Formats: sequence, structure tokens, C-alpha cells
Amino acid sequence: MSKRSGTVAPLFEGAEWNFDTIQRVYGAIEQVALGDLGLDVYTNQIEIISSQQMLDAYSSNGMPLMYRHWSFGKHFMRDEQLYRKGARGLAYEIVINSDPCISYCMEDNTMALQALVIAHAAFGHNHFFKNNHLFQQWTDAPGILDYLDYARGFIARCEERYGEREVEQLLDAAHSLMQSSVFRHRRPPSPSLREERDRERERLLDAERAVHYLWDRFDRSGPASQTDAAAQERKREMDLPEENLLYFLERHSPVLQPWQREILRIVRNIAQYFYPQRQTKVMNEGCACFVHYYIMNQLHATGQLSDGAMLEILHNHSNVLTQPDFDDPRSAGLNPYALGFAMMQDIRRVCEAPTEEDHEWFPDIAGARDWRGVLKDAWANYRDESFVQQFLGPEVMRRFRLFALSDDSVDPFHTVSAIHDERGYHEIRDVFAHSLDVSVSDPDIQVIDVDLLGDRRLRLRHNRRNGVPLDPETRDATLANVRRCWGYDVVLTETG
Amino acid sequence: MGHFIDRRLNPKGKSLGNRRRFIGRVRASVKKSVDESVRRRGIADVDQSEQVSVPAKGISEPSFRHAAQGGKRQAVLSGNRTFRAGDKIQKPPGGAGKGRGREGSADGEGEDEFLFMLSRDEFLDIFFEDLELPDLVKLSLKEIAAARPQRMGYTVAGTPANLSVERTMRNAIGRRIALRRPKTRETQALEQQIRELEARVPADEAEPPELIKLREELDKAQRRQRRIPFVDPLDVRYRYFEMQPEPAANAVMFCLMDVSASMGEREKDLAKRFFVLLHLFLKQRYDKIEVVFIRHTQVASEVDEETFFHSRESGGTVVSSALNEMKAIIDARYPPSEWNIYAAQASDGENYRGDSATCAARLKESLMPLCQYFAYIEILEENEIGLMQSDDNGMELWRAYRGVADDWPNFAMKRIASPAHIYPVFRELFVRKGGLVADV
Repeated sequence: MSKRSGTVAPLFEGAEWNFDTIQRVYGAIEQVALGDLGLDVYTNQIEIISSQQMLDAYSSNGMPLMYRHWSFGKHFMRDEQLYRKGARGLAYEIVINSDPCISYCMEDNTMALQALVIAHAAFGHNHFFKNNHLFQQWTDAPGILDYLDYARGFIARCEERYGEREVEQLLDAAHSLMQSSVFRHRRPPSPSLREERDRERERLLDAERAVHYLWDRFDRSGPASQTDAAAQERKREMDLPEENLLYFLERHSPVLQPWQREILRIVRNIAQYFYPQRQTKVMNEGCACFVHYYIMNQLHATGQLSDGAMLEILHNHSNVLTQPDFDDPRSAGLNPYALGFAMMQDIRRVCEAPTEEDHEWFPDIAGARDWRGVLKDAWANYRDESFVQQFLGPEVMRRFRLFALSDDSVDPFHTVSAIHDERGYHEIRDVFAHSLDVSVSDPDIQVIDVDLLGDRRLRLRHNRRNGVPLDPETRDATLANVRRCWGYDVVLTETG
Repeated sequence: MGHFIDRRLNPKGKSLGNRRRFIGRVRASVKKSVDESVRRRGIADVDQSEQVSVPAKGISEPSFRHAAQGGKRQAVLSGNRTFRAGDKIQKPPGGAGKGRGREGSADGEGEDEFLFMLSRDEFLDIFFEDLELPDLVKLSLKEIAAARPQRMGYTVAGTPANLSVERTMRNAIGRRIALRRPKTRETQALEQQIRELEARVPADEAEPPELIKLREELDKAQRRQRRIPFVDPLDVRYRYFEMQPEPAANAVMFCLMDVSASMGEREKDLAKRFFVLLHLFLKQRYDKIEVVFIRHTQVASEVDEETFFHSRESGGTVVSSALNEMKAIIDARYPPSEWNIYAAQASDGENYRGDSATCAARLKESLMPLCQYFAYIEILEENEIGLMQSDDNGMELWRAYRGVADDWPNFAMKRIASPAHIYPVFRELFVRKGGLVADV
């Protein structure tokens, strides 16, 4: 460990924490985070909760408020069961991408852990949420809690008016399409909360006199011809093909009531809100781990953390950042915490002490000295896939002894396509970057056509990537849910 | 700057609503496993939380996802030791896809089943679902022992503690708008205008007419403000409470059992199970419940639970002695105006010759008018149950009680022979009868 300039007394001793101490430690962490690292964060709101409340938070995607649905109850019961049996511990913290940024800390944490968690969540994740371009563009941090509050109220009102059963069935259907209901390529329309409310009111008021797409078309004289031109026109009017299934159903379903459309909208908005998090697992955790590691070391170096506390922190740090080998029974693939952290550390190393190889691989940043600037730029402007493509260097690949495996279902064997050597670096990097791309790992399903004047059959298409099919069982169950929202026949073709 | 909030004292159980919905969704299968587990359980631990498993089929959450097999895939793994580029690794037989599946799941959750714990309350709720206590609320409320204040709207007079600020201010606003009381903001604006004008007009010149007009306006507005008060005594409202009679929420349960030599361990055990169920059931419904144990041979006595179930007595059997004892205890300790009285009697049906008629008479005359419900359980040998299919057959006591049952709808009688019978019989005794209300 680094030398102690040791004139400062440690901020705390022992495992017990109280609010005074936390406040003091928070101050010290903040000084390093803002002063030294120069992070830019939302105002922090740190809430101390009990393990029971942590379980509650787990079950609703970590959000402090959520509408009611049985599936959250199911998750809650499973988590509770696992926790009670001791099969799984609870997270030390949950942090929410909102402004102010809310982080939950468990009351059972020791003081050292609280310090670690505050540095990790309240500064690491917080900075990432506030600065990463995906979060900036696609999520509305100041509005999310208001929106969830509105959503919960709206759905509760619907349950009162139309019955729990009715709402539950619709939510079941909407949830099963959630993954296939994000705008991946174009910017989602993002009306403000007020606009959302107005829209809801208008919809309810206009329910009767609304001119429906269908009837609108019927008014025109003469039957629509079934020519290609008509089909083209029709597709253009409905913006087909459409990748966001719930968005399409919300706009065009012939059978849904206005309140049902609103519920679909709520579900897809929530899916969209979480989409950036799914795209930045490695970076987000890497950023948070790097930040807590740097801050804790800094505090220890100035004597503000005692050796005991630092050892406890390092112990927890390395627990979280273990990367078991591929044949280890604990292995569940690459650990985003470990990889993210290693890459962040590597960037710092490349900036400060580049080798010959680094100059070749990272000509832009090798020896740049200003590693803070380089890291902050990376955190702001990349997502997992592009970040790996840009910054995964040979040093990290060698350390993790990465290798790429390819599998063709027709072959009786797997092939090792690349290992961590001169010839393999690029391929490993490509394969890994590709595997982190959510738009590749999620099935690509689009609405391609529907003839509202004809049989109203909704046509979906799954574009197979590399011939990977859909799981038939869940596919059929999900299609049944699409049918429920569409009201008429739905067919899915798989191509490629 | 960070804000710290201590949420630990916030209400727990935010997920209760979701949990309830989930249990509602799998109700049918949960009910089945609850019923099964009750049959299996010992007496002492009926009242416990329970792990139940429900088929995962009804609660799956499907979505479009990739199949585990098929197509070309690539993955990056860590920890290479001996592989070189181009190595081929034989796939495990059976086409288990790449990598190892998780051998058995650590969480003990199979593919087809979902396991979870029901809390004690949830367990009992489902257990006693569709069951109802006959005449849950005392029929006669002649003597009302307790009364509780209840909100009954608003009044114009009351104590300051009951002042309804919201109502009062609402009335005040309405009155102020109706009487057009000038707002403070308006008078302030006038004052401001006057000050500005005054500043502009030199001291020695005569005041311009608009200034005079403004002054008059201000004066008028201020007088009007004084005349029309901000809050008038007319506006004031108080919350109003009225004393409402409280239905008696206490219950006493009498357990009567024959402990003569003819009642063996088996019979006692069956009786006990029935009593336990009844006790649990009453506990769900009443705030406070007391249990009185009366055992009898040819004489009856009140005993504690331990003695009731475990000590042995020898002697003859005079059932009416227990009924007399029960009547005496009611008279001494449990005035029927304050207590809901339930009784359950278990016996093997033996009685001293001639006593059964006395029992029936005693029940009809003095006990049934006091009781909310009286259940009689006759415990038979396993091989007897076939012989006793018909309710008309039976020993003297059974036949005598039949007469009571005909006269009193809140008297019920059943026969049991094995633990498996108890729960169905219990359900039958207490099943919710659509709209059945005892004729008052």
C-alpha cells in the first residue's frame, strides 16, 4: 500500500456507523471525487434502508415506485426465498438514474462498506448517469420518478375502473413484448409529463368522437386497390417496418381502448428508460469500480481511512471483481465488473506509462498523461460495444487470458477461433464487442405489414442473425400476447 | 452536497400488493398444497408458515428470445490455459449446447415448479377461505358494553381540537369570493401605485385627480376588507363524532370431551385436531378469544389444556354433567351479552343410559339460546364409519342430538374416524352458506 502522509486522523474506527460519521465520510469522498477526479454528478440523495426494503426494491427493478403487477410479487418471493436460505446475499446498494440521484444503502453494511458504496454508487454511477450520452439522450433523469408516479396512479385508476383482471392481462401481454419495444435507432418521441397527462385526458375525452384510422379510410370512395402501390402507401403511412412492437400496437391496434393504449405506452417508456443501462453494463460498473477504488486509495493514502477499514474494502472489492475461469463451476461468463475495472485501469496505465505496444494500439492516448480527461471522455461518449472496440487492449486480454470460441450447430465440435496472441487480439476484440451489442443479442423482430382493410393479419418478421432461431415455446406464448393486443391474426416469419 | 434519509422506519411490505396479486394468480394450486399440508401436519404446527410449490406454467413470463441451439454463435471466455487457435473441442453428447448448463439449480427451483413461502397469515387465510362463522356478530345487542366514537360529518359547534381547518378555509374562501373581498395583493398594488404617483408629484403642487381617485379606491377597498373578515365565525366547522355501539368482539370457546376409558389416545388425538382447527379459525375472526376445557366422566370439571388432552380418568360417562358445568361457567364468567360463545363437543357416543334425553333437553332449554354455535363430533372406529353412513342410525346420544339439530340451525353434528376426515368435516360445518342468516 502507498505511503502514509499520516497527519490526518482516520475518519472512523470500527464497524459501527452513524449519520454523523457517514456525513463526514461523504464530505471526504466528495472532496476527492469532485476536486481530484473532477466528476460531475447529480445531487445525491442517500437513503438507508433495511434488508426487507432492499428486497422490496429488488422486485420492482430497483425503482422506488412502480405500478402493481403479480410478476413483481413473483420476483420478490423468489429473491426473498433465496435470501432467507442464504443462497444469495443482497446487493450492498441500488442506485437509480434520477435527478437527484437516489442510492440505497443497507443498514447492515459496516462503516467501511458504506464508504465504499457511497464512492461507488453516489459518485461513480452517478457521474456515469449524468454524463454518458446514451443516458443524456434517451432517459429523463429529473422526470423519471414523476413519470413512475403518474404511471402507478394511472394503472391503479384503470384497475378500479376496468377491473384488476383486465389490467393484469394487458400488462402480461405488454411485459412480454417489453424487450422488443425500444427504439434502437431513432430517437423516441419524448413528450413532457404535462404533455403525457394532456394526452391521456384528450384520449379519454375523444374516445367517442375520435376518427379512427380504419373508419377514416372507409370514408374514401371506392375500395382500395390491392396493388403494390397501395401496399407501399399503406406501409409508408404506418411507418413500416417498425421495430418497436408496443409502439406500433399502441398506435394502430384496431381493438384497444384508449386506456389500454396508454398502458402499452407506459410499459414501453419504462423499457426505453432501462435500455441505456443494458447497453452500458461493462462501462457503468467499470466506471463505478474505478472511481471507488481510486477514492478509497486516496483516502487511505492521506490517512483518512484506517488500515483495517482499507483491508475490509479491498476484501469486498476483490470479491466483486473476481473473474472465475471458464471451467470454474462459479463461472457465469465474463464479469462486467472485473472487465470494466481492468479496462479503466488499463487506460490510466496507457496514459501514464505506455509501452511500445500501447503506442501502436492506442496512438491517441498513449502517454497522454491526462488520464482523467481520457477516462471522462470515454465514459461520456461510448457504449459497451464501441468502448470495447476502442479501448480493449492486448494487456487486458492477456491478463484475462481471453479466447474466442465459435459454435456452428451443424458441427459436432466447438472451434477455438482466437486466443490472446498477436494474431488473435483483433478477433477477440471484435467478437467480444459484438457480444455486448444489445441490438445484436436481442432478437430483431419487426412489424412488416398489415392490411387493415383486408384480413387485418399482422405480419411480423424475425431476421435471424447467423441463423440463430427463436426459442419456439416462448415465441408461441409471446405471439399469443401480441394477438391479444392486436385482436386479429398475427403471423411471424423467420428469415435468414 | 448529499442528502441522507433514514428510510428504515418507513413501512415495510411495499411488495405486499404484488405478493397478494401473485398468490391470487396461483390460488388454485396454492389451495391444493395448503390443504394437503394440513392433512400431513401435526397438531402443534398447523399454525405455521409453509413452503408451497406451484407449477411454473401459469406464471411464466414469455418474451421473444433466442433459442439455446441452432445457428452460428461466437463467445469470448476467460482463463485459457492450453487452447490454441484452431483447436476443436468435442461437443458433449446429447447436444447440450455449448458450455455446461448449470448442474442442478442452486436455488432449488426446478424448471417446472416455482417454490415460495407462504406467511402464517397467508397460509391461514387460504386455509380458512370460504369458511364463515355462523352469526359472526352477536345477534342480541341489548346490553351494549362498549361504544366507540365514529366520524359523522361536520358541525358548526365543537371543541377546538376537532376544528376542521380544511373545511373552514374552504368556506372562508367561498365567502370571500362571493362577497368580493379585495385581495391583499390588490390593495398592495394600489398602495404601490399611490407611492409611485406621490414620488412623481412635487410636494408643493396640488395632487392630481388620479391620485385622489386612487386614494379613494384604496380607502374603499380597505374598508371593505375590514368589514368582510378573512375567516368569519360563520365559516368555522368542526368534525363531528357520534358514539357507535361496538359489537362484542370477544369469543369464548368451550371444548367438551369425554375422557372416560372408552376414549383412547386415537380418539383424543382426533378430538384435539378438531379443537385446534376451531381455535385457529376463531382466532382469525375475533380480537380476543378464550378457551375453556371441560372434561367429563360421570362428573365434569374444568381443567387446563395439558390435563385435558393427556391425563386419563376412569369411570362411567354422563354427558349431561359437562353441559351443566358449561352452563355454570357461562353464568359465572361469560355473560352472553359480552361474549360470543362457541362450543365443540367430542365424544365416542357412549352415554349413561337415559342421560341422552337429559342432554338434549338441557341443550334445547338453556345452552342453545346462549351459544353462537355448537358443534358435536362423534369419533368412530375406522371400521365403523361404513356402518354409520346414514345420519339416522346411531347410538342414543346421537339420536337425541338429532332432535336438537332439527330445532336449532346453529347446532351441527358430524362423525369422523380418521385424521383425513377432520378437515373436510370442519369445512362442511363452517362452509359459507349463501345468505343463511339465523332467524332472529
